[in-house]
Amino acid sequence: MSKNITMGDLAIYIHWPFCLSKCPYCDFNSHVRGVIDEDIWADGLMKELDHYRKLSGPRNISSIFFGGGTPSLMSAGLVEKLLNRIAQNWAMAPDVEITLEANPTSTEAGKFRDFSAAGINRLSLGIQALNDADLKALGREHNMKEAREAIDLSQKYFKRSSFDLIYARMGQSLGDWEKELTEALTMAVGHLSLYQLTIERGTAFHTAHSKGRLILPGEDLSADMYDLTQAICDAHGLPSYEVSNHARKGEESRHNLAYWHYADYIGIGPGAHGRLETDGEIYSFCQDRSPEKWLANAVAQGHATAQKDCLTVQMRAEEMIMMGLRLSDGIDLKSFEKRIGQKIDKFINQTYLQHLFELGYMEKGVYQQGNQPGHHLRATKQGRPLLNSLLAQILAH
Amino acid sequence: MTELSKIRNFSIIAHIDHGKSTLADRMIQHCEGLTDREMKNQVLDSMDIERERGITIKAQTVRLKYTAKDGETYILNLMDTPGHVDFAYEVSRCLYACEGSLLVVDSSQGVEAQTLANVYLAIENNHEIVPVLNKIDLPAAEPEQIRAQIEDVIGIDASGAIKVSAKTGEGIDELLNSLVEILPPPKGDPDAPLKALLVDSWYDTYLGVMVLIRVLDGTVKKGMKIKMMAAGTTHLLDRVGVFTPKEILVDELGPGEIGFFTASIKEVSQTNVGDTITEFKNETARPLPGFKPVQSVVFCGLFPADAADFENLRDSMHKLKLNDASFTFETETSTALGYGFRCGFLGMLHLEIIQERLTREFDLDIISTSPSVIYKLHLNKGEVKKLHNPADMPDPTLISHIEEPWILATILVPDEHLGSVLKLCEEKRGEQVELTYAGTRAMLIYKLPLNEVVYDFYDKLKSISRGYASFDYQMDGYREGDLVKLSIMVNSEPVDALAMMVHRAQAEFRGRALCDRLKDLIPRQLFKIPIQAAIGGKIIARETISAMRKDVTAKCYGGDISRKRKLLDKQKKGKKKMRLYGNVEIPHSAFIAALKMGDD
Ligand SMILES: Nc1nc2c(ncn2[C@@H]2O[C@H](COP(=O)(O)OP(=O)(O)OP(=O)(O)O)[C@@H](O)[C@H]2O)c(=O)[nH]1
Ligand SMILES: C[S@@+](CC[C@H](N)C(=O)[O-])C[C@H]1O[C@@H](n2cnc3c(N)ncnc32)[C@H](O)[C@@H]1O
Ligand code: SF4
Ligand SMILES: [Mg+2]
Repeated sequence: MSKNITMGDLAIYIHWPFCLSKCPYCDFNSHVRGVIDEDIWADGLMKELDHYRKLSGPRNISSIFFGGGTPSLMSAGLVEKLLNRIAQNWAMAPDVEITLEANPTSTEAGKFRDFSAAGINRLSLGIQALNDADLKALGREHNMKEAREAIDLSQKYFKRSSFDLIYARMGQSLGDWEKELTEALTMAVGHLSLYQLTIERGTAFHTAHSKGRLILPGEDLSADMYDLTQAICDAHGLPSYEVSNHARKGEESRHNLAYWHYADYIGIGPGAHGRLETDGEIYSFCQDRSPEKWLANAVAQGHATAQKDCLTVQMRAEEMIMMGLRLSDGIDLKSFEKRIGQKIDKFINQTYLQHLFELGYMEKGVYQQGNQPGHHLRATKQGRPLLNSLLAQILAH
Repeated sequence: MTELSKIRNFSIIAHIDHGKSTLADRMIQHCEGLTDREMKNQVLDSMDIERERGITIKAQTVRLKYTAKDGETYILNLMDTPGHVDFAYEVSRCLYACEGSLLVVDSSQGVEAQTLANVYLAIENNHEIVPVLNKIDLPAAEPEQIRAQIEDVIGIDASGAIKVSAKTGEGIDELLNSLVEILPPPKGDPDAPLKALLVDSWYDTYLGVMVLIRVLDGTVKKGMKIKMMAAGTTHLLDRVGVFTPKEILVDELGPGEIGFFTASIKEVSQTNVGDTITEFKNETARPLPGFKPVQSVVFCGLFPADAADFENLRDSMHKLKLNDASFTFETETSTALGYGFRCGFLGMLHLEIIQERLTREFDLDIISTSPSVIYKLHLNKGEVKKLHNPADMPDPTLISHIEEPWILATILVPDEHLGSVLKLCEEKRGEQVELTYAGTRAMLIYKLPLNEVVYDFYDKLKSISRGYASFDYQMDGYREGDLVKLSIMVNSEPVDALAMMVHRAQAEFRGRALCDRLKDLIPRQLFKIPIQAAIGGKIIARETISAMRKDVTAKCYGGDISRKRKLLDKQKKGKKKMRLYGNVEIPHSAFIAALKMGDD
């Protein structure tokens, strides 16, 4: 395939929906199953890659992300097969970022070297907590020893690696978190994801929480923890570039940035989502969620798209605003106009916005975009932890 | 037509829950008005809300046939009345339509406040009174003591009081026999022009407006053209009937009889209770004096929680009014609550019942503002203005003085709770008129400002007496009071729906309590919000709600933006249930909770 200079970028997400066990807080599309027939899955996933190739046309692949579930349960051979198919279908950017989400059990860590050989160049590890008692309380399959080893191995085998922690956990104090985060920063290299524990409907934690058996930090403590996280990470040179993501300059997850910049991406595998611009329209895609249903449809008809919608200008604008304001740099106004075709002011309730400017929760200004200055609209440092409320206001009609 | 001497008309009167409706059940059963299969407890309480609460709201009339010991068959018209003070007007009109009353007293409880109020009404109506000692099946029943108490407290002869159990049926036959003996038959001239009392009217889905009448002179017949004398309207009767309690059509009703007619009348408002009904072109020379129209004493605003329900609420209110002319409403606008209605009620129970019926029967979510009484504002210019909505209060400098309604309250309370009841009455600015004893129970007569009573007096009275105090009142004119308008400001903007008229001495306490409650009810916003209570321009209480600190989704679900959008839509929907106040969003649940009285 010839490389075209005007060819648009595309990010690819591949969902592997299986896990060794279901964590009590998790509401991702993850399932515990016995033996998986990888060959059939390979077939289904590759068929979807081919299907989306037809929809997207020639593109430049800027990033690939294997997410889950637990994609580190896949064989390196399967990963390689899929990467090869992607390379056949599209042009790979020279600096393409290829991330795999991994759980830090020893068996999975044993495969890191092979994943690296298969083409993975970035690893994201789900560490979640830095002590055995809490790991157990979170229902995790690994302990601290395995966590440390997995982090070491990930840094050995991959050019870039990151890990996730969940904080504002039950019973956690501000001091506890300060210690844990400080320790984490001694282990992290360029990137760290720090999520506050969220109680999601349909999880075991939700039941326990609604019955009062699980007590979480209240709003003030969780806000203090968030502020402290910003301060400590700033001091360690890993400032947040998104609500829950921290990186050294240049180490940001390019794949996730594609979502936040509202760029084109396709989602392969059960429950995966995509946004794709063709012929001047943006379509949203969502694949069948159930692994079995997805597999049957993907194999039989070449794709398992459960829903495909053409987004209205209003919807696109709202989506781009919702995603973009998660970033510390906010929304680049030029990029917005280019993607949406209209000025951002048209979609934002100006009375509310003005009020949020006055309160210091939002700002408009000049910022450094790559090497050039750009104009952006963003939530300030004070505003970002309140983003849902800000959005509800500025997007109110 | 029934011979006058074979008719007995009576009301069953008592304090709440002393067993009037149950006694009516037994009488109906005894006279075979209904079969056992058709019978159920308090069969005359037919409205859902009556059955659920176990109380009578609307009086009901039943015509029974009873063969007495003397071998004669009598027509008995019994009227079951409500016990609660709010519905006392129902009792009055029933009493006016009969010659006698059964005064039911629960013999395990004795004379209570409404026993007194109702028996005095019966005496005023020159009724022959048959005391009935009910609930003798109860182990705690002390019929002999209660008999003495009736004589003692009420001052009527109770030697002939009949002991019954409306539950088991014991004593019912004896009761029926003695009321035939004791109560006078009605009087009336069958040959005179028609003269009948319009006792009640209501809307029936099948038959339209039904009019309950008591014939005094002449006869009313199907097909007759009648005239309602006060209203000045004429109608052609299409049905005449009686309740046994089933509706039975008859050809005519003669003097002394009670029954109904229909005449293709569209709305209850076309019929005035107390009006005299006569034959068109053959009018009676002496119409009845009529009743004083019932007047609302308590007012509040009712607003739809969802502004879109406004028309729905209006329709529902119209429908309720079809059967309850005593409930009034007119549109009102509030900056806080939007469009709604200012409604008038007979009392707090009436208010509660209407609110509940709107919620349940019409599935409406409503917000009600603090209940208010009618104040008389004497303006400097000499004009007198009536005020029942604090939002309409003019600039206080224009007012020379304000008058408020007072009541004369009767409270019966066991001796051990007397101290706390006296204290409560004093706190509520009461003035003691009399303190006497009825056995071990103290009987207190107090003058009290009505606004204190609608605020939380009744709830407090119940709680401090553990439910043993009974309470009744009548209006007792207007008096000058040191009243002020208490305003609540959220983020420096007055919230009209929370304003209230209070006595100056209570303003600070109420203001502080309300601010404190609002602080917990209004969710944090993006900025901090002062909550203040003020009289005129003067702040008398203040609280602050601190600014929201955290509200953001931590995780990003791959590229699942649709999920975020759903969350946003939910949040936007939630906003619709908020009332925007300046920049502050107040959920309507906060108004509802803040306006709940009596727990501060
Ligand atoms: N044990 C016993 N209970 C009775 C008797 N008469 C009535 N009750 C009970 O007392 C309660 C009140 O009875 P009602 O007949 O509804 O009283 P009411 O006077 O019509 O009440 P209102 O219409 O609300 O004023 C019910 O629970 C009855 O079952 C009786 O003779 N014995
Ligand atoms: C898609 S999950 C899967 C990653 C991998 N399976 C694992 O568990 O390590 C990605 C991350 O989301 C975070 N996460 C999942 N559920 C969460 C919750 N309820 N609250 C906060 N963070 C959560 C965890 O940090 C997790 O590593
Ligand atoms: S948190 Fe990760 S390992 Fe646990 S169930 Fe969810 S996806 Fe699977
Ligand atoms: Mg009753």
